[in-house]
Amino acid sequence: MTCAVRIRGLEKRFPRVQALRGVDLDIEQGEFFALLGPNGAGKTTLISILAGLTRATAGTAEVMGHDVVRHYRQARRNLGVVPQELVFDPFFTVRESLEFQAGYFGLKRDDAWIDELLSHLALLDKADTNTRRLSGGMKRRVLVAQALVHRPPVIVLDEPTAGVDVELRQSLWAFIHQLNARGHTILLTTHYLEEAETLCQRVAMLKEGHIVALDSTANLLQSGAERHLELVLDGELPDFLQARLRGREAGRYLLALPDYAELEGILAGLRQAGVGVRDLTVGKPDLESVFLKVMREAAP
Amino acid sequence: MIGFWTLFKKEILRFWKVLLQTVAAPILTAFLYLLIFAHVLAAHVQVYPGVGYTAFLMPGLVMMSVLQNTFANASSSLIQSKITGNIVFVLLPPLSYLEFFMAYVLAALVRGLVIGVGVLMVGLLFVDLHLRHPLWILMFGVGAGVVFSCIGMMAGIWAEKFDHLAGVQNFFIMPLTFLSGVFYSIHSLPDFWQGMSRFNPVFYMIDGFRYGFFGVADVDPRLSLAVVVPTALVASLLTLWMLRAGYKLRH
Ligand SMILES: Nc1ncnc2c1ncn2[C@@H]1O[C@H](COP(=O)(O)OP(=O)(O)OP(=O)(O)O)[C@@H](O)[C@H]1O
Ligand SMILES: [Mg+2]
Repeated sequence: MTCAVRIRGLEKRFPRVQALRGVDLDIEQGEFFALLGPNGAGKTTLISILAGLTRATAGTAEVMGHDVVRHYRQARRNLGVVPQELVFDPFFTVRESLEFQAGYFGLKRDDAWIDELLSHLALLDKADTNTRRLSGGMKRRVLVAQALVHRPPVIVLDEPTAGVDVELRQSLWAFIHQLNARGHTILLTTHYLEEAETLCQRVAMLKEGHIVALDSTANLLQSGAERHLELVLDGELPDFLQARLRGREAGRYLLALPDYAELEGILAGLRQAGVGVRDLTVGKPDLESVFLKVMREAAP
Repeated sequence: MIGFWTLFKKEILRFWKVLLQTVAAPILTAFLYLLIFAHVLAAHVQVYPGVGYTAFLMPGLVMMSVLQNTFANASSSLIQSKITGNIVFVLLPPLSYLEFFMAYVLAALVRGLVIGVGVLMVGLLFVDLHLRHPLWILMFGVGAGVVFSCIGMMAGIWAEKFDHLAGVQNFFIMPLTFLSGVFYSIHSLPDFWQGMSRFNPVFYMIDGFRYGFFGVADVDPRLSLAVVVPTALVASLLTLWMLRAGYKLRH
């Protein structure tokens, strides 16, 4: 099967910085994929090249098998992009903006689909409002609708939830999840790592234009950070636990816990030493800790 | 085709929604010129036999309005989209650069011609004007409009802020139009300036346009046409080339 996105040796040099330094990446059709990285890592640059907004200095990019430069028309028809910047056209209403966007893609008027999009994005009551008069989160949702109006098989979202409130964030993800279930490939960037962790099957981490980690979310979580145990005790930490100690703050001990099975022994040891446990939390490794670890350890 | 039509329609709506600024204001400006110049000069200037100064002035004013507003429409639409960032809405879809070009140029042309007709109608309230050769009027109106739509597009693509556009407007468009014989016949100029005027393509636009009204002009209208048509072609090709290269629109 053709890859939804296929990137080979992608480089982008701006006058003063090199934003991408040889990126290879394949995203299969139907994947829910996260592209993570700190500010300035090159995420938006990579997306812009896919979208044809920026031209690569070297390397190639394809969307559903269509080269984004040579076969730009097919490539763009297959791609829906939610840009990172909050942009809107102050001359037009939400509905007009969507109608125009569909028209630019060569599609005939399809009110039913536009209404469906508006309702999924909780914008129906704003349909005839000028985009200038929307709140930031509403503008963001209009951008999502505009990206979907031509029903692209590959959807790219550059920080789609920045500035969107909790409730709408969840309904937005539910909607995107539904699109993914219907077969759309999703590529997203976000700085909310717990979103990426729950939603995405696979993750690439970008640092200074290099991919420094690329694996399934599950594998990254497993390999990445160790599980840990947080304890609040009646007394001092007994000697037998000193080797596990990773940190201590405000009376809480942070202990390494590579395996759940060891919990039993630790509690038994504490009872024997006569130290009471006031509070206990087992911390699972999360994507955030994995991310921080990868960023720390990755060679620049 | 749908892509082109949609972009064209959007560009038309963009100025239609603010008709007062984009159409009524330029017509009023031209009307003020007419009022002042005609009042001051009508008694003193006789350019062509049997043609009063006010009548002589009209085609020049119409043409000047067409030129300035085709330029303004194309350039301001592009710079606004670039500065606000909503240019991505037309860069993300599979619009070809030819569709892009046609939509912006034709929309600018529509605005220019609507204003031109408006200025003419207002003028007709004050002067008796015959349209001797309507086809020539149309050819020069469209040809000149295309040239300035293209210049507007190129300026809008090149400019990074409104100041840049104002620069083009003040140091290029205004001198070219004002020194082209809008308000006078070049025969009334000293020899040197008469010679210089002949290097100004806008002179031929206005002179040929005027021929359409009066059947007389400073130079042979076929010469004017032979200047305006190639100028329009070159301007179009340059604009298309910029769009195709993605100059300043796609990094
Ligand atoms: N148009 C441009 N001209 C010059 N440099 C640019 C341009 N766009 C991006 N850069 C530079 O390229 C690098 C990567 O930027 P990019 O926007 O891709 O980062 P990002 O990963 O999307 O960051 P963020 O999380 O902040 O959105 C940065 O150093 C940035 O300054
Ligand atoms: Mg970014």
